[in-house]
Amino acid sequence: MSAINSKNERIFQFCWTAFFIIITCIAMVPILRVLAVSLSGKNAILAGKVFILPVDLTTEAYTRALQSGSFVNAFWYSIVLMLASTVINLLMTVLAAYPLSKKGLVGGKVIMTLFVLTMYLHPGVIPEYLNVRDFKMVDTVWALIIPGALSAYNMIIMCNAFKGIDEAIYDAAKIDGCSEARCLISVILPLVYPTLATLGLFYAVGRWNGISDVLYYINSSKYFTVQMVLKQFVESINVSVEEGLQTNLVAENIKAASIVISMLPMLIVYPFVQKFFTKGIMVGAVKG
Amino acid sequence: MKKDKKGKVKVYLRNNWQLYLMLIIPVIYMILFKYKPMLGVVVAFKKFNVFKGIWNSPWIGLANFQEAFTSKDFWSALKNTLVLNIGDLIIGFPFPIFLAIFLNELRSEGVRKTTQTLLYLPNFLSWVIISGIVTQLFSNSGLVNNLIVALGGESVSFLSNSFIWRFVYWIMGVWQGAGYSLIVYLAALMAADASLGEAAYIDGATRLQRIWHVTLPQISSTITVLLIMQIGRLVNISFDRPYMMGNTLVRDASDVISTYVYSVGLAAGRFDFATAVGLFQTVVGIVLVFAANAVIKKMGQEGIM
Repeated sequence: MSAINSKNERIFQFCWTAFFIIITCIAMVPILRVLAVSLSGKNAILAGKVFILPVDLTTEAYTRALQSGSFVNAFWYSIVLMLASTVINLLMTVLAAYPLSKKGLVGGKVIMTLFVLTMYLHPGVIPEYLNVRDFKMVDTVWALIIPGALSAYNMIIMCNAFKGIDEAIYDAAKIDGCSEARCLISVILPLVYPTLATLGLFYAVGRWNGISDVLYYINSSKYFTVQMVLKQFVESINVSVEEGLQTNLVAENIKAASIVISMLPMLIVYPFVQKFFTKGIMVGAVKG
Repeated sequence: MKKDKKGKVKVYLRNNWQLYLMLIIPVIYMILFKYKPMLGVVVAFKKFNVFKGIWNSPWIGLANFQEAFTSKDFWSALKNTLVLNIGDLIIGFPFPIFLAIFLNELRSEGVRKTTQTLLYLPNFLSWVIISGIVTQLFSNSGLVNNLIVALGGESVSFLSNSFIWRFVYWIMGVWQGAGYSLIVYLAALMAADASLGEAAYIDGATRLQRIWHVTLPQISSTITVLLIMQIGRLVNISFDRPYMMGNTLVRDASDVISTYVYSVGLAAGRFDFATAVGLFQTVVGIVLVFAANAVIKKMGQEGIM
């Protein structure tokens, strides 16, 4: 904008930059605090000396957390579960979205409407539970994969991405003798790669962070995800709050270390995929 | 003539059978896992017997609803749901709009990108993790109390006082969700026409005038859509957040419909009653979305339907 260097403008820019830096720093405090506790010595924590930087730096809490068999098993199991369910989710999304993106497909509109309705008509937790039980999936790993195998919302985003591809590309592929399946795999999917990546990440994050379906459907601890095991760790503090005691069933720093380990996959992936996510939100937002 | 039509169908199918083949699995999935459970809501009108199953259990009309409407726990869950959601609306809704507008005024690309990236980060943390973080921050030995004590004050029981707990719930909601809304608004602002602001500037408008008369109207439709969606969800509440953030000492504030359905339905096994409560929530939710949409359309804005 013009008159960019007026004094007022410079003061404005300076103050608001400072404001946003402060806000961002405040937003990072909770994460720094957990990191600090996880890396601090027990006595320093009990004495209330730890704020947002570690005191008596030690990685003991991490070694101890990683000695807990249930936690480590749950971690690797959750990674595998996350990858498997993301693949299934994406496959289902593409299988539904590609045919429905074709304008002339007979019956396509009806099927699309039926999918859209599922976004508004939720039967509720209990009917869904009874349904999963009908299929004998309660307390199996399938209960964590199948019921959420396809999100209508993500399917619509995928569908819009397919619609955004130039007709001429389809025609060219057809003339070269591609069948629909061939055309989808070798020509179209590489073109919608950013959307595919975004949705895959949405699905992966949802699976990694999900706790309610584990709580609803799973009884045996061998199918507990990392969030479920972490929940048990975290809740041991609530017991002590209730009794007004400081009897920590799980020591504070080990709890913090487990939280950090559970955040790790998201924290590692986040910087790389952040751009995709932003794009993904915009696609969804434009749709409204 | 008839033969011709048949031929056309044949050609159509020969060209498109692969598309229909692709659709088979998703459509079967949709029927079995989205529409079949919808039939299950009839449980709300029955006295559910595990051995008889959904269809052979006896009808009891509206008895489950009557019981819900006369139950103190139900009203308390409904009240808490509304209080927590309205608080989110008042505290959480305007904040990202404010951030987006002023972030958009900044010239430094670096500050804009970094703020966006870091504020969006908590969105990727589960409520289990966040509830763990909450104890690290607000418990008696948490960061905030460490600070209060270090400054010579008395420690405050943030997590066992229902009144204060609500604010913790709302603040963590802002922390987790503001980054997402911020990006939505910034995207809307980027799509908007920047030359309008420049024109206003040349015409001598002050910054506040520009924000009020140019920037805000440019994102008003995005604001409206998000507002309708949030009002439509006033009776709906996610399960993870209140369930994970609540504790036994603040049950009178943290018991909401979703956790109530879970505890009477899945934990205590009263499937019929819990289904009725859930159905009530869904129906009121749909009515609210339509109502909010209608009001906003009356006010001359574009709705979502």
